[in-house]
Amino acid sequence: MNNIKWAVLDTMTVAKRNLIKYTRSPQLIIFATIQPVMFLLLFNYVFGGAIRLPENIDSYIIYLLPGIIVQTVLFGSTQGVIAMNQDVNSGLIDRFRSLPMSRVAVVFARVLADSVRNAFVIALMVIVGIMLGFEFVNGVGNGMIALLIALLFSFTFSWISVCIGLFAKDAETAQSAGFIWVFPLAFASSIFVPVQTMPTWLQGFAENQPVSLASNVVRGFAVSGDTSDLVPLLVWLFGIMFFFMILAVRMYNRSSS
Amino acid sequence: MSKIIVQMKDITVDFGDIKALDKLSLKIQKGEVVGLLGPNGAGKTTAVNVLATLLKPTSGSASVNGFDVEGEGHNVREQIGLAGQYAAVDPTLSGRQNLEMVGRLYHLGRNESKKRAIEILRQITLEDAADKPVRTYSGGMRRRLDLGASLMYTPKVLFLDEPTTGLDPKTRRDMWKAIRDMVGQGVTVLLTTQYLEEADELADRIILIDEGRVIAEGTSNELKRQLRGDVLEIEITDAKNLIHAVKALESSSKFKAKPEVDEALQTIRLAVENGVDDLQAALSVLKTKKVEVVHVNLSQPSLDDVFLELTGKKPEGEEKGDE
Repeated sequence: MNNIKWAVLDTMTVAKRNLIKYTRSPQLIIFATIQPVMFLLLFNYVFGGAIRLPENIDSYIIYLLPGIIVQTVLFGSTQGVIAMNQDVNSGLIDRFRSLPMSRVAVVFARVLADSVRNAFVIALMVIVGIMLGFEFVNGVGNGMIALLIALLFSFTFSWISVCIGLFAKDAETAQSAGFIWVFPLAFASSIFVPVQTMPTWLQGFAENQPVSLASNVVRGFAVSGDTSDLVPLLVWLFGIMFFFMILAVRMYNRSSS
Repeated sequence: MSKIIVQMKDITVDFGDIKALDKLSLKIQKGEVVGLLGPNGAGKTTAVNVLATLLKPTSGSASVNGFDVEGEGHNVREQIGLAGQYAAVDPTLSGRQNLEMVGRLYHLGRNESKKRAIEILRQITLEDAADKPVRTYSGGMRRRLDLGASLMYTPKVLFLDEPTTGLDPKTRRDMWKAIRDMVGQGVTVLLTTQYLEEADELADRIILIDEGRVIAEGTSNELKRQLRGDVLEIEITDAKNLIHAVKALESSSKFKAKPEVDEALQTIRLAVENGVDDLQAALSVLKTKKVEVVHVNLSQPSLDDVFLELTGKKPEGEEKGDE
């Protein structure tokens, strides 16, 4: 019982520090605010006229926003890679590991802080989206469920970032290794365009990978009402979360230096 | 009554093919300040990392205040403070925030952490910069903050891993003062350093290690005594004669040690066993060869000489030569 109490308190202590760090580093603020909004505007106005929309959706912003929220939290989770890696390379992790604190707190704090940041980004995107004409066609209640699913997706993928951040040898590796795997997931997905517009060999991947499923489910709750991908999505998310959570805790506790 | 508080027994650490520690054994008594001295790559940091539970040894056992570093890691972590060579403080937080965070993670309460942070900031003379981000601190200020963080919760054993590596001489002296002030409170200290002067300055006892093994141990005077005899320094008038002089001394049966030559200073250094007798003998050898001597000096060996003798390596130390 005492262990759990300290795990929670230590996580809060380190998460607080992580959040202070985010607010004090300008490039992260830009990454969390200006960049997603810029993407939203660019995709909406550049691709908006060119894309064949599914029949029940009548404007591109309504199709785009749920997907781009998923894309943003996916890219946002890579910021966690760099932050985690900085702590490894600065020796701060060694200090934490030499303290009589909880052995799970540092990695949980990283994911928690990233989730708080992503929640903020999601709220910002919704506000800008509404200004561009977005509405929760499926009702505000379902819209909130959609946003919670986006947050769960963010929480899950942050665990992958933590592992890459702990594993990478230096900042450059963290930067590229943290980013490279998200591109195929983000673009070969239903985030920006319906999967049916892709070549058939790509469709199999694009339909079943977790980013597409997440964007379908978020879009389903927020807009279209089609939430048939919810179960496979949750299987993916809990599978990834379980695997990378255990891996992250083990990597943190592993003896190295 | 003396009590062993830190113990390493036959600790071996392999990194692939490299043996970072090779059956290293050491004991530290309560209240002692021990300097773990050795050249780069000798295994000093590895030894500290094993004791601080950051690294699992390949074999052997180690304990801190009776707790085993492998089986009772959490208990060990409650006994220790660690200040590392890379100043492990968060550059984006202020000095105060760093200390308070570490205090909370030592499970001091919120108020206790705040109170202790104020005390520590005063002790490490960072009161004025307390609320500035650490990013704006100088190297010396960061090290002092790092030291302060390791003392937020008065540890039983303090590990200082190369606390002044990379600092300029003035800052190094300030750091020594900070260490002495903070440590004068009965804390047991294991200090690693590659600076002989630092070990001499701070440690009660020195353990010299090289290639993962202990090669000598004792107070600095005891270590100096291990090199029996004295060091003879002879300055010669010009470079040509230097070679003649060295040959003459080498061929003389009186001197066992090989003379060392410093061409820039036109000086020959020679370890001798019989002080004044050997001095006279050396001068007469040089006189018969008609080598003119400018200056002679007979002195006790320095810790540098001990180091060189035992490890075959020159110690680090930017400060030598201009003191």
